[in-house]
Amino acid sequence: MKEFGYTIIKQRTIDYDQFNGRLLNEILLMEPSFKVCLSCGGCTATCSAGDLVNFNIRRMNLLLRRGETAELESEIQKCMLCGKCMLVCPRGINLRNVIMLIKKNISRNKTTKY
Amino acid sequence: METTPFIWPFTIGLLFISCFLVIIIGIWISSLSHIDKSRIIHSIFTYKSILAIKEVFMESLLHRKIFRKNPVLGYMHMSLAFGWFLLIAVGHIEACIHYKTLSVPAYKAIFMRYFVSGPALTLSEKMLAACMDMLLLFVLSGVLLAYYKRINSRVFGMKKTTQLKLGDRIALTSLWLIFPLRFLAESLTAGIHNNGSIISQPTGQLLASFLPVQSLETPLWWAYSGALSLFFFALPVSRYMHIPVEVILIFLRNYGIKVQKRIDGYSRIQVYSCSRCGICLDSCQMTHAAIKDTQSVYVLKHIRNKNLTDEKLFNCLLCGRCQPDCPVGLELNNLRMTQRIESTKEYNSSYKYLKNGKLNISPQTEVIYFAGCMTHLTPAIIKSIKEIFAVADVKYWFMDEDKTACCGRPLMQIGQYEAAKKLIKHNREQILATGIKKIIVSCPICYKVFKEDYALPGVAVLHHSEYLLELMADKRIPIKKMPMRVIYHDPCELGRGSGIYHQPRLLLNEYVDVVPTKNEKEAAYCCGGSLSNIKIQMDERNQIRNKTLEEYITYQPDMLATACPLCKKTFAKTNKLNVHDIAEIVCMALNTNKERPKKETYLYFHEVKHLEETKIKMNIH
Repeated sequence: MKEFGYTIIKQRTIDYDQFNGRLLNEILLMEPSFKVCLSCGGCTATCSAGDLVNFNIRRMNLLLRRGETAELESEIQKCMLCGKCMLVCPRGINLRNVIMLIKKNISRNKTTKY
Repeated sequence: METTPFIWPFTIGLLFISCFLVIIIGIWISSLSHIDKSRIIHSIFTYKSILAIKEVFMESLLHRKIFRKNPVLGYMHMSLAFGWFLLIAVGHIEACIHYKTLSVPAYKAIFMRYFVSGPALTLSEKMLAACMDMLLLFVLSGVLLAYYKRINSRVFGMKKTTQLKLGDRIALTSLWLIFPLRFLAESLTAGIHNNGSIISQPTGQLLASFLPVQSLETPLWWAYSGALSLFFFALPVSRYMHIPVEVILIFLRNYGIKVQKRIDGYSRIQVYSCSRCGICLDSCQMTHAAIKDTQSVYVLKHIRNKNLTDEKLFNCLLCGRCQPDCPVGLELNNLRMTQRIESTKEYNSSYKYLKNGKLNISPQTEVIYFAGCMTHLTPAIIKSIKEIFAVADVKYWFMDEDKTACCGRPLMQIGQYEAAKKLIKHNREQILATGIKKIIVSCPICYKVFKEDYALPGVAVLHHSEYLLELMADKRIPIKKMPMRVIYHDPCELGRGSGIYHQPRLLLNEYVDVVPTKNEKEAAYCCGGSLSNIKIQMDERNQIRNKTLEEYITYQPDMLATACPLCKKTFAKTNKLNVHDIAEIVCMALNTNKERPKKETYLYFHEVKHLEETKIKMNIH
């Protein structure tokens, strides 16, 4: 392999061979409307929690699709579930259900062994 | 004492059901909290018990609430319940008189016609026998109606009925058989032993003329006893469990016990008191979006069968339209809430990032204004409130203008009660720190949680409709009537949720003409935007909204008024009606003096009509 002189930071690497899509698939199965997200960021712009603290609801989508469950779990706790994101979403995604499903499935996958 | 073998199925069934009820009700009552138990002990020998007895008579026997819903349905229930009760009571009195003792075993009274041969001798016995015949006829009329209801339920004012499971079917069949069998058995015995009364005697003689009554008599009494026994054994696994449990429920309710935020004996009693009549199905708006399996009756059934899924539990607007209709008066929303709390208790957030900063409030501040998250999405409401406050010279502190936590109600509606408590604590400390004694809320969702869960001692929580009415009464804002026909849409959380129906109407009536509609106040429709439902899809929400709008449009109003930013936002998406919050309407009226009204993007109905008339006049097509 050709060396370009860049270094790869191991902690920042996402290895898609190690990717566990379980959570993502569960959520897309339970809430199919989440598939049509176009990452416009309207949800983040209006977010009540995002106004108070560094919380980016659009980033949850990214974390979920990358399988970064640990960070997703700590970040999703900041949501106050007020529902503004759902009302501004141009695709009518049922975001509150997505958030509740993420919370529920993370907590359940921790306790259940497959 | 004379006995016969066929009394045993009945006696064993009766023993079984008595023991079962004593044990299960004992378990439920013992699982109540200490406060609830002391409530029972302190109220049991007071007038509350008398009120409860009265309610049992009116509701469990006469079924007054079902009568109000539909007289035929009410008569069916009354004839079965009250008729059967009288049949037992009068039958027992008759047996007591005949055997001249007060301790008559139950089977003696139930099968009395079999044991007593020969016609009644004394006048009182004759009267009682005739009375029993009439009562049986009364019950049979109810049974006939019940048969007919299975074929055609629309006659009974019900568009939909619930589906039955095996236990229900067994109990229902036995209930349908009990009274015709009793009538036949008594008539046959009358045909043989001549001991019948006004109805059973002629029927018996008629049957005796062409049937081998001697050989049929005992099998029929066996069948009657068997049907009773089958009913008793099927009772615990059927919906008819509501018959005994409802009585307990009425007593506990009168003693002041309510459904708590956890599953306990009382919530179990409520679940078992559901008769699955299906009256709640008709009022549920989820059917407008073709969602037909998440209604209260099904959720209670699934709770009983322990197979409730999140998909069904959370697919409800919690609008509360089913609650006033429930003939048993169950707390349907609260029961669903207890299940939601139980379902989501594993993952409540802690919101550690919330920190109370220093407040900078001038000492003259009269009121706190809390707009709420939803109102921030409808800035016209905030603007109107600000303008009105300027006119009325109200010194206010805008609490959630920037960087404020949510009120906590949306979390609560999903069952995240512990998480909501954190937000409530945060906001509550802020409100109490200001020392201001009045808080105005623009959003009914926030209003309900401020009123019920914030525990703000000495602080008055007012919805802006209440406060504007107050300002108007104090003559701080002028009154200016606009020539407009307006429909007021009751928001669920403000109307059924908090019982505020009149204040917004009183306020609106001073500025516009409020048109009454068919489904308003307690029966008001939900806009479909409710935050309580996390499973419903946007297109389904739109179907519910369109159905609601359809009804409003038939009245051809100039404007649809509401008192909730979420309702406004939901309705305003369609452009079918001109939707405004009451604060905006008041503001509009105040502005008519000063300047020309803003350019309207909508046409009022009277304008459309006028344009059409001019078109006709000018022959334009």
